[in-house]
Amino acid sequence: MLLINCPYCEEERPELEFRGAGEAHIARPTNLADISDDDFEKFFFIKDNDKGVVFERWRHIHGCGRFFNAARHSVSDKFIMTYKAGVAKPKLTKAQIDAVKPPAKGTPANEPVWTIEEGKK
Amino acid sequence: MSKSASNTMTAMRVGPLDGLLFASNGISLTPAPSGTRLVIRARAEAQAEAKKLLGFALPTKPKTSIIKGDVHCLWIGPDEFLVIDVDGSGLPAKFEKAGNGKLAAIDVSHRNTAIIVSGPNAVDALNSGCPQDLSLEAFPVGAASRTILGKAEMILYRTSEAEFRVECWRSFSDYVWKYLVDAVKSV
Repeated sequence: MLLINCPYCEEERPELEFRGAGEAHIARPTNLADISDDDFEKFFFIKDNDKGVVFERWRHIHGCGRFFNAARHSVSDKFIMTYKAGVAKPKLTKAQIDAVKPPAKGTPANEPVWTIEEGKK
Repeated sequence: MSKSASNTMTAMRVGPLDGLLFASNGISLTPAPSGTRLVIRARAEAQAEAKKLLGFALPTKPKTSIIKGDVHCLWIGPDEFLVIDVDGSGLPAKFEKAGNGKLAAIDVSHRNTAIIVSGPNAVDALNSGCPQDLSLEAFPVGAASRTILGKAEMILYRTSEAEFRVECWRSFSDYVWKYLVDAVKSV
């Protein structure tokens, strides 16, 4: 079971208490009624869905109930960090990203491993 | 309609787990007596008012609680608190005048019900459905947290080394009771 650090409870809690809540740092347009259908589609439906380091919203629904953000590697499933909602997107160091990378050779489940950090192939 | 006293009907509140009792393997399950419960929502700016109405300050540290007499105040979230008055007093009346728009107090006395799990192996029974670390180091006496038991949400509150209070919604209580009975049997 994954252990997820809740920035509000200030400790690691089991995955079962949490629920994913989509991509983080999506700014809601302030003029929602005026934007075109295409712009609305891009804002509302089109997500990056990157393979590699992703920024996600999570909710500690069976705990403190708060939403927060997390930086996580979508191949290895490892968390880099979690931080409170409203905090600016953190700059990640190479060491932080390397620490959560999956094995270079990959596994049958995720081969071939390339990620957004290495550029799309 | 007759006005005579002999014809007056008195409604009796029946708890969802009334009359149940289970003990095995050094663990006993007892439905808690009915009490008063309030959910308080108060951000930092409203906590002073909550303190005035409640008579003591709300807990500020995650997973902790404060006890004053019969009143237990549990930290649930940064702005969410569960107040349990096991004696069932005039707690809701105290909050009737809360009206600055920043503080909310909701009476959930009968939405919730509670099961007291006690005995030296209580942790083992609870851990069969609760994924949290319930060792004394991680979950000391007085610790309280919303978490899950099997498929139901509960608020777990450690009242002593070998006693826990499991607060759950009354609609889940049948499931939670049966889950715990099963867990106790297989400890």
